[in-house]
Amino acid sequence: MQLILDEDQQMIAQTALDFVDEHSPVARFRELRDSGAALGYSRDLYKEMAALGWTGILFDEKVGGAGMGFAELVLIVEALGRKLAPEPFLGGVTMGGSALALGGNEAMKSEWLPSVIDGSKVVAFAHQEKNSRYDAYAISTRADATDSGYRLTGEKVQVLDAVGADAVIVPARVSGESGDREGITLFLVETGAAGVSLTAQTRVDHRNAAIVALDGVEVAATAVLGVEGQGAELIDTVLDRATVVLTAEMLGGMSEAFDLTVEYLKTREQFGVKIGSFQGLQHRAAEVFCEIELARSCVMAAARAIDAGAPDATKLVSLAKAKCSDAYLLAANEGVQMFAGVGMTDEYDIGFYLKRARAAELTFGDSAYHRNRWAELGSY
Amino acid sequence: MSDLEAFRAEARAWLEENAPEGVKGIKADELNGVWGGKRCEFEVPDQKVWLERMGAKGWTAPMWPAEYGGGGLSKAESKILSQEMKALDLPPALIGFGLTMIGPTLLQFGTEEQKKEHLPRIVRGEIRWCQGYSEPGAGSDLASLQTKAERDGDDFIINGTKVWTSYADKADWIFALVRNDNSGIKQEGITFLLIDMDDPGVNVSPILLISGKSPFCETHFTDVRVPVKNVIHEIGAGWTVAKALLGHERTMIADTFGSSAGATKKAGERSFLSSLAVERVGEREGRISDPIIRDDVAKMEMETRAFGLTTQRTADAAKAGHNPGPESSMFKLYGTELNKTRMELMVRILGPDALGWEGDGFDEFALGTTRDWLRSRGNSIEGGTSEVQLNVIAKRVLGLPA
Repeated sequence: MQLILDEDQQMIAQTALDFVDEHSPVARFRELRDSGAALGYSRDLYKEMAALGWTGILFDEKVGGAGMGFAELVLIVEALGRKLAPEPFLGGVTMGGSALALGGNEAMKSEWLPSVIDGSKVVAFAHQEKNSRYDAYAISTRADATDSGYRLTGEKVQVLDAVGADAVIVPARVSGESGDREGITLFLVETGAAGVSLTAQTRVDHRNAAIVALDGVEVAATAVLGVEGQGAELIDTVLDRATVVLTAEMLGGMSEAFDLTVEYLKTREQFGVKIGSFQGLQHRAAEVFCEIELARSCVMAAARAIDAGAPDATKLVSLAKAKCSDAYLLAANEGVQMFAGVGMTDEYDIGFYLKRARAAELTFGDSAYHRNRWAELGSY
Repeated sequence: MSDLEAFRAEARAWLEENAPEGVKGIKADELNGVWGGKRCEFEVPDQKVWLERMGAKGWTAPMWPAEYGGGGLSKAESKILSQEMKALDLPPALIGFGLTMIGPTLLQFGTEEQKKEHLPRIVRGEIRWCQGYSEPGAGSDLASLQTKAERDGDDFIINGTKVWTSYADKADWIFALVRNDNSGIKQEGITFLLIDMDDPGVNVSPILLISGKSPFCETHFTDVRVPVKNVIHEIGAGWTVAKALLGHERTMIADTFGSSAGATKKAGERSFLSSLAVERVGEREGRISDPIIRDDVAKMEMETRAFGLTTQRTADAAKAGHNPGPESSMFKLYGTELNKTRMELMVRILGPDALGWEGDGFDEFALGTTRDWLRSRGNSIEGGTSEVQLNVIAKRVLGLPA
C-alpha cells in the first residue's frame, strides 16, 4: 500500500478542487441554506458533476461506471467537503449506489445503476431508526411476507439524501428482535409507492435528510437486495464504505476550517500586533496541523484498504473515523475560538464547519464508538 | 533476471555465507546494538565477526559511496539488502551517531580529506562518535552556546562545557559546536568542529538521571588544542551545519518511535499492550475488565497506527522525490509525546506493581517499566523540546508571524 497520489489521482484531486472553487464556493451552500429548500443541493450542478464522471467512480465499466475505487472517490469528496458542497455523494452515490451494486439482482442493477451513475436518479439508504444510536441492527421496521412479496411497516429517520430521492433501500426485520444481527432483509422501495411518505428534516448541518415512513408498503419479492434474513452483512459493508467517504468529507472540511483560521491569525490585529504572533495561539495551531496530517494518512490508508479488500480494512475504517471525528471538531472548535466574537456570528463561515464537524462526528459512530470497535477487533 | 533480482540473489548468498549464527534474532536497539569504537564491547563474540565482515563489505553504510568505504548501493538495492537481512533475522551490524548523524553531515559538508579520514572508520565501526551541542546555559536556545574557540596559528584552543553528551564516556570523537566570535547575532560566529576525545584537556563525567541511570555525560574542555582543518564547512558557518544535522537527528528519533508503529496483528490476535492489560488488569467476558484502561489501550494503539501511517506517507513521498521539509518537526513532537503517553499507560496498567525501584517483591518487567517511564519523560526535551517543535511548525510550516 502506497500512501501517495499517483499522477492520475493528482489530476483527479486538482480537477475536483478547481471545479469546486469555481462552481461551489461556501456562499453557494449559504444560499441553499437560506433558501430553505428541503432538497438542499442543486440538481443541475449534480448533473455536471456526474458528467465529469464523479458519480461513476465506484462502479463497474459494464454498467457505465469508471471502475476506479475509494482511493479516487475520497479525492472528490474531500474537495466537496472543503466548500461544504451538499450534493448527494454520501447517502446517494456511496450508500444507495454501493448497496445496489453489491446486493442488487441483475434486473435491479440494470434498471437503477445507469441512472445513479448519470446523476438523473438518487437512491438513498435508510438504516437509521429512532433511538438506535449507532446500532445498525436496531431495526424494528417489519417486513411481513405476502402472497407476492412483502409488506413493510415502520419508520426510518435522518435518511441522508432522501429528499428528492427516487428510491430508498430499506433494511427491515423478517424475524427476531430489534438488535439481532439475524433476520434483517434489505428492500428497494420506490419513493412514489403507495404507503411511502417522506418528511424533510432540518438538521444542524442543513444536510438533506428525511423521515421515511412506511405504512404497509407492498413490494415484490424481486425488490430484495442480498440474502433474505442475512442483510446485516450488506449493511456492514455499506456503512464501512460510507464511513470512509464521510471521513474524506471531514478531511476536506477540517483542512478548509484550518486554512481559514491560519489566514485569520495572519491578518487580525489586536494590541497592535497580528494575533498569529502570540505563542499561545501558535502552539494550538501547530497541534491542529499535526492532527490533520494524521487524519489524512488514516483516510488514505482506509480507502486503499477497502479497495484492496485488506484483512484490516475494518480496523482502518474505525481508525480513520475516530481520528477524523476528533480532528475535525478540534479544528472547528479552535477555529471558532480564534475567530472569537465574529466566529460566533452566522455571517462568518467558520461556524458552518463546527456544525458539520459535530454532525459528521455523530454519524456512523463517534471516536469512542470506534475505539470500542477497534478493541473488539483486537479481541480485548 | 533483472539487475535488482540478480542483486537480491547475490546479497542473499553473501549473507548466508557470511552471517554468523550467533547474531540472528538480536535486536539492534540502543541497548543491544553494536555501537563500535575503540572500546567497543560485544555481548556475543559473533557480533564482532559480523561487524568486521559487514564493515569490510561496506554494508554497515550501504548507500555511502564505495570510495569512502560504503556499500555504494542504490536506494533500491539498499532496500533489498534490508529485506534480505530481515528475512534471515539479521540485525544491522552497527548502529550509532557516526552512521546516522556525523556521516551524512560529512557527506554533505566535508572536504575530500575529511571524508577520506573519517567515513571509512565509521563504516568499519572503529570510531564511536558523540554529539556536543547543549551547554549548561544553552538548552532549547542552542544558539546561545558559549564554549570558546580561540585561534592560535593553525589551531583552535577550546574552553567550555557540553552537557547531555550521550555516551561521551564511550565515544572516541565528538562533533561539537563552539563559538569563535561573539560580535554578531548569536547564530553567527558558531563553528562546527571535530574533536578527538583523547586530546589532553578533555574530561568526561556521567550524569545521573531521575530514572537512576543514563547514557548522558558532561564533557569539559580545558585548553584543548584542535587543528583548524577539523572545522566542517566554514569557520563561523556552524549553525548551517548544525541545522542540517538536527534534521538527521529528528528523523532518527522519529524513526525510533515510529518503527514498530505500522505493525499489524492478525485478526483476533492481541497486541503486546492489550495482552499486558488483560494479564495485569484482568478480563471479563473477553474484555479488559477496567473499561477506562481498555479505552486508553485502544486509543494508544490507534494513535500509534495513525502515526505509523503518517511516517509511511512521508517516506513514500520522499521515495517519489518530495524531501521532507520543516514539517518533519511534527514527527519528533508526535513520536515523543506518544511514547511518553504509552509509558504512562503501562505504569497505570501495572498499578502498585510499578512502584518498585529495586530489590525484592517486584518483578523485572515492572522494575524496567518504571525506569523506562522516567526515562521517557526526557523524550520531549532532548533533540529540541516539544515547544520548540511547535514553534518550528507554527513559523516555518504555517508561516505565522514572529
